[in-house]
Amino acid sequence: MLAVIVITALSLVFGIGLGLAALRLKVEGDPLVEKIDAILPQTQCGQCGYPGCRPYAEAISSGEADINQCPPGGYVGVVALADLLGRDPKPLANGGDAQSDVPPELVAVIDEQTCIGCTKCIQACPVDAIVGAARHKHTVIDAYCTGCKLCLEPICPVPGCIEMVEPELTVERWRPPLPREVARV
Amino acid sequence: MKRRLWSFPGGVRLAGFKELSNREAVVPFPVPSTIVLPLGQHAGQPAEPLVEVGERVLCGQLIARPAALVSAPVHASTSGTVVAIEERPVVHRSGIPQRCIIIESDGLDEWGPMDTAGEDPWRTPAKQLVERIRDAGIVGMGGAVFPSAVKLAPAKPVDTLIINGVECEPYITCDDLLMRSRPEAVLRGARLLLELTGARRCRVAVEDNKPEAARALEQALAEVLRQDGAADMEVVQVPTRFPAGGEKQLIRVLTGREVPSGGLPFQVGVVCVNVGTVAAIHDALFQGRPLISRIVTVTGDAVSAPRNYEMRLGTPIREVLDRVLRDDARDMRVHIGGPMMGFELLDTRAPVAKGTNCLLVRAQPAETRPAEAMPCIRCGACVDVCPVRLMPQQLYWHARAGELDKAREHHLFDCIECGCCAHVCPSRIPLVQYYQFAKHEVRAAERRAHKAELARARNEQRQARIERQKAEKAKRRGRGKPKRDEGADAGGDEAAA
Repeated sequence: MLAVIVITALSLVFGIGLGLAALRLKVEGDPLVEKIDAILPQTQCGQCGYPGCRPYAEAISSGEADINQCPPGGYVGVVALADLLGRDPKPLANGGDAQSDVPPELVAVIDEQTCIGCTKCIQACPVDAIVGAARHKHTVIDAYCTGCKLCLEPICPVPGCIEMVEPELTVERWRPPLPREVARV
Repeated sequence: MKRRLWSFPGGVRLAGFKELSNREAVVPFPVPSTIVLPLGQHAGQPAEPLVEVGERVLCGQLIARPAALVSAPVHASTSGTVVAIEERPVVHRSGIPQRCIIIESDGLDEWGPMDTAGEDPWRTPAKQLVERIRDAGIVGMGGAVFPSAVKLAPAKPVDTLIINGVECEPYITCDDLLMRSRPEAVLRGARLLLELTGARRCRVAVEDNKPEAARALEQALAEVLRQDGAADMEVVQVPTRFPAGGEKQLIRVLTGREVPSGGLPFQVGVVCVNVGTVAAIHDALFQGRPLISRIVTVTGDAVSAPRNYEMRLGTPIREVLDRVLRDDARDMRVHIGGPMMGFELLDTRAPVAKGTNCLLVRAQPAETRPAEAMPCIRCGACVDVCPVRLMPQQLYWHARAGELDKAREHHLFDCIECGCCAHVCPSRIPLVQYYQFAKHEVRAAERRAHKAELARARNEQRQARIERQKAEKAKRRGRGKPKRDEGADAGGDEAAA
């Protein structure tokens, strides 16, 4: 009899404790989605088939999408996702060199001579990196451009108006090359 | 009584080659006809130009103002006309051109008004003095080119001021000659900095391979203290061992204190300033003269008469070479700074800048090409000489394999790039280049992460705005305003946004 009372009392105490803990320490949202989203490059380019990085992160988390659908993240990104999720890395599904590093950073540049001011690229830009108004020249704020290519043709109706270029090399951006070693191990 | 000194771990003894250039007195180098003043001669943001093309400027005139807290102004180093503001080659490892103000000299070398001269610096509050040091464009002249005003306004009071006249790199003698020729400028500047920083004692450190400089300072010290008031100031000779002139190493030698990893000297109560910087501060505060020239050592076996010159900032290095090279010098290489921590100059059109302490010009005969690197044999020689007590061989493996987080775990960013490890490496591995590569890669990754964070935030804001607009539209429809239907051009208000 005593044993029954003790066990019941204990289970009540722990039950209340756990219940309170669940209320107090509640985690908002899905932490796994946050972690996946943190690895994704945030270009918001949609090359994965989802409308942005976060939707893709949600799809990976729910098991709907695979981890190798993000070309801007490169193979490095696939490996990071594989690490996080405890899976085997696999080559990129949609284009890109299978084992390559992160692809070069590019930014869009609008040729202001050919721009007709149609605002189509402004609506397409996922990070509001293009400024301009209807029938006025548009321009790209390169500090915000993620290089997603969503503003290129066919969104832009004028051929050759928007191009992807490598940003200008500055002293701050410069990186010394890996020393060339002649002798091999 | 001999002062107690501590010692730093590792280090190497190097042949000095200082006698090449330290026998002749400093002479002024002729003012060139064209002066090229880079806007980024200092650590931090490049300065913003204040003059326009075609404007006439006077010597010492402010021509570019600091763009941020960590930045420095630029002054015209002779009188003349601004002929261009454009990108030109500068003294930098990368060889990337930078924006410069180009002045065509009028040959008059006419000084502008010196508005700060005449004020008594001894009665000026410290805050104002720091302001004037900043306005004079003074940066660390030992090579780090960090704006001195930032350093002299430490976040925490300090008790020790160290004046760094160690100059431990081989070949360089500009600080040696400065201490010999103008010891009172160094000491008076130091005496004033003692007041300014509120430090209790001042130690002027000189490596014991420069007895003339130490003697000159000692002789001048009594006179300076008599004139400007007694203080705890002392000239200390430190043992010659590279890199004793490294800031953290010198603090260790003089005080026994260790600057924490990733920390700054003020955290252990020390401010450390190079002798050239102190002399520049002296000139700015006592004479109202901004930083427009510096002493540069021109040495090496391709130079006919190695010596030190007082050069105007902005003097194209090619013009210096035209004057000093030996007639038979061909196929030479120009090093900026010393052989340990300096770098090769890629374009001799680059001008002398605030941090250019030495032009080391060496003939490069065909047979002495750099030896090929051999595999690391894990001998550990680099560990023994590292003055920061890192494990250079581990850093090398991680940097080479691109394992940046592991390199950081091994304190990559505490490496001062002194080159001791590469100097003793029996396999001649260019170790420092690997560390530089890894540091830049880490910073690039941080930049990428920062940009991704920005893109995420901007995308979220955009989503929220689209949602809001949709909701507003739905509300309008709900209230029965059929004129504004879905066909309204969303582009219009987005473009306006």
